[in-house]
Formats: sequence, C-alpha cells, structure tokens
Amino acid sequence: MNSGAYSRKERVTPITLAVPAIPEASGFTSSPPPTDVLVRLESVGKCFANGVVALTGVNLDVRRGEFLSLLGPSGCGKSTILRLLSSLTSATNGGINWQQKNPELGFVFQEPTLMPWANVFDNVWLPLRLTGVSRNSARARVEEALANVGLTGFEKAYPRELSGGMKMRVSIARALVMRPAVLLMDEPFAALDEITRSKLNDDLVALKCALGATVVFVTHSVYESVYLSDRIVVMAPRPGRVVAEIVVPSPLPRGEDFRLCAEYADKCRATSLALHEAMALDGAGDTRLREGVR
Amino acid sequence: MNRDKLLQYALPAGAPLAAVFAWEAVVRIYDIQPVILPSPSLIVATLIKDWRTLLGSLEVTLSITFEALAAATIGGFLLALVFAQSRVIERAFFPFAVIMQVTPIISIAPLLLVYLSSGETVLVCSFLVAFFPILANTALGLSSVDHNLVDLFQLYRAPRWRQLLWLRIPASLPYFLGGLRIGGGLALIGAIVAEIAAGSAGQGAGLAFRIVESGYRLNIPRMFAALLLISVTGIAIFVALSAFSHLLLHRWHDSARTRET
Repeated sequence: MNSGAYSRKERVTPITLAVPAIPEASGFTSSPPPTDVLVRLESVGKCFANGVVALTGVNLDVRRGEFLSLLGPSGCGKSTILRLLSSLTSATNGGINWQQKNPELGFVFQEPTLMPWANVFDNVWLPLRLTGVSRNSARARVEEALANVGLTGFEKAYPRELSGGMKMRVSIARALVMRPAVLLMDEPFAALDEITRSKLNDDLVALKCALGATVVFVTHSVYESVYLSDRIVVMAPRPGRVVAEIVVPSPLPRGEDFRLCAEYADKCRATSLALHEAMALDGAGDTRLREGVR
Repeated sequence: MNRDKLLQYALPAGAPLAAVFAWEAVVRIYDIQPVILPSPSLIVATLIKDWRTLLGSLEVTLSITFEALAAATIGGFLLALVFAQSRVIERAFFPFAVIMQVTPIISIAPLLLVYLSSGETVLVCSFLVAFFPILANTALGLSSVDHNLVDLFQLYRAPRWRQLLWLRIPASLPYFLGGLRIGGGLALIGAIVAEIAAGSAGQGAGLAFRIVESGYRLNIPRMFAALLLISVTGIAIFVALSAFSHLLLHRWHDSARTRET
C-alpha cells in the first residue's frame, strides 16, 4: 500500500520536480554564494564501537546566519552531526573545521531536558553558572533569555508546573543565554502537539532573525523544514550520508502566507521526493546501489 | 468529598481502634488469663507500671538504632559516591555488599559475638542491614541521570566534581531518601534481632532483651508492652523519615505531587 502511494507520486512528479531539484543540489555547492562559512565538515565519517557506520563521506558547510535543516529518516546520522559539531563525540575520519576558535554553542534536545529540582531561573542560569558567573551577575542575561522566549515572570516556577511547550521554551532560553554562535536543535518540537509546534516554529524564526543567529535544525518533517529553513540537507540512512540539498530562497521570517504560495508547495514536493529517494537507499549500504537507483 | 475524607483519615485510624476494642471484649467475655492473652488495658497498665525499666531499654534500643542508621547513611552514601566515580571499585566491592545483604543477619550475629562484645555486635548487625539499601539505592540514583543533561554539562565543559555536585547528587536524592526509609526500618529490626541472638543482659539491655526476659518469667503483659514500644518506635522512624523526604522533594519530585481533581 505504501509502495503504491510512492510509485504513484513518482509517476506524477519527475517532470516538474526531479529536474529542478537535482541541478539545484549540485549547482549550489559548486558556486558558493557570498555568505561566509562558519564550520565546514570535510568527508566526515563516524563509526560506532559496535561497528555501525553512522556517517560516511559527509561534506557540509554551515554558513553564518543561515537556518539549516538536516532532514532524513531515523538512523541517517542527523543527530550524530549535531553531536560532532558540539564535540560530544569525535569523528572517526575527516575534519570539522571551525572558522572561529571555541565557538559558543547552544544545544536543544528533543526533550526539554530540564533539571526537575531547579526552578526556571536556575535552569537557564546553568550554562553561565558552569562558566563561573554568579547568580547576581547572571540575572540580567537570564531575564533577557527568558524574555526572548516569552517566559518573563516564570523564573520561580518548577519544570513540572509548566506545559510541554513552555518547558521547551525554557530549554531554548537556556541555550540562548550563552549567546551562542550556533544553535543546534535536535528535533526539538517533535514531541509537541501541532498547534504548539506551529507557534514555536514562528517564534523560533522570529528569534533567529532578531538575534542574527545560525541554526542547525534536525527534523524529520518535510513541511517544518521547508517552512523554517534557508537550506535543507537531505540525508539517507545506513550508512548515514548527505544525498540532496534544497535551497528555499524566500527570506525569513515567512509568516503563515508562505504556506499558501507556490514556492512552498514546490519546495515541499522537491523535498518529499528527495526524502523518498533517500529512504529508498535505506540498507543499500554502498554507493553502487545508490547510483543504480538514481 | 466527605466520603473521600472518611476513607482517607477515619478508616486508617478507626480500623485498628476497632480491633483493639474487639480484643478487649474477647478477653473479658471469655475471661482469658493474662498468661495466655493479656487485654489491651492490662498492657497499658503494665506499660505505665514498668515505665522506668522499659524507658531505659527503649533508650538503649533507640541509641543503637540511630548510631547504626547514621553510620549506614554516611557509609552507604559515601561508598555509592565512590562507586559512581570508578567502575573498577564498584565491580570489586559490590559482591561483598551483596553477600552481607543476603546472609541473614541472625546467622552472622553468633559469629560476631566471638570477636565483639554483645553491645558492639548489636550495633554492627543493625548497621549491616541498614547499609545495603542505602548504598544500592544511592548508587542506582547516581547512575540514573538524564543522559542529555550529562551531555549538556559536557558541552559546557563542566568538571566531574561539578557534574557530581550539581547533577548526579540532586538526581539521586529521591532514590537515596527511598533507601533511607527502608534502612531506617531495617536498622531497628537489625538491632532487635541481634539483641535477641546476643542475649545481652544487665546495663545495656534493650527492648528485645526485655521481651526475652519477660518470656522466661511468663510476664506476658510486659512482653506485649515492650512489643508495643518497638512498634511505636518503628512507626515514628518511618513517619519522621517520610516527613524528611517530603520536605526535600515536595517542590519538584513527582512522588510528592498532589493531583488536582
């Protein structure tokens, strides 16, 4: 039943989509736009101790100020890229080259990951506290971060008193309090309901634009990635690798109207197609089969 | 609402009270001799009459229980911290802790009496039974930390001791307090059991010895009176530790959460 839906889509889409999607993917990397690179991954591979190849031959630039989404089915190494960028794990081969030394990073996990015994203020204070900033010196920055996510006045609340969306806002505030060069987000809204998620998407983009931050956003939602991103990198699983890149030129923030325009529909279709191709590669294991599918 | 209140307070208080009245009634109606089964009123009367002796024994039992519990709490917590720091030490020492736990304390007591005085034996037995649940629970708590939070501490380059102090210890608190509540009850049980095995008499005689002694003298009401004091002590320890736990956890932990209906 699933494959039926897929092949139907394939029959309809190639004329309009496959053609623009592929040149865009290859053309963009060969002629870089005048944005400067913040970090460059060069043929990065990651092999876990149990022999599982999480990533292989990943070439990827993260550009200053862009909203980059990593999209792919589970097991394609999206989260591993974030962990590599944040040095929580190291690459088996290849290089991760930052253009600035010791960049400040913010990490937002899929779960809010708050300390339940600490109130909102103390949770947001934590990164500063770990770098030796006292409670009083941190106050202004914590207040600012909380204001950024719309949680002014909730300093004394404990995590269990907050809704799922509010907990996620605290988690984002905690990442922002360090004024990070890059905000790394690992499917942060996946556990939230559609309405909360949509609101947080808009707030996140607004915040990104206001702060001029760079965001690397892991998701497995096509619509979310198109709505939010300047650029979408599509990945295939087992072994994890980059298979396509889709650029969404409309400037951020985009607003609800964007979901109605032709560009959104086109990009969603292009992205879906790339994702379907990536999923067809699942378990292929080596590149020869991948070429065969293409 | 009223029905709920009734269930919540009246039943737990009323049921034992009813049982005591039934007991009193049965003893009076059938005219049962105190040597067989003393009535509750006689037990209370004995408690008041022998208060001086019983109070002295209660003090002995209490001080042994608290000394053992304090030592087990400090020892169990510190050893759990060491375990959390080093897998090697944990692997090497955990079997000893398990062996000490699974060997019934009453079978160790006679052996300990060979090496130690009876007072020391009671203290060591009480310590041994209280130690393990505190160690095991705290060790479990220290390792049951949200992995993402550990990653977060690593991301901000927090040294190990900060991770321990600000993350692992607070996260293990509910587990530690659970172990403490179990350990508190067991310390009392350990003290009583070891004293019965040791049969220590005279100056350092605790409540367990009073029970044994009263049994020899067929002073059944006094046996019951001593038993009553032990039960009350056990309840008091449990209530005190539960209150302590609530005090530390009620702000944040789900176990202390009151659901709104």
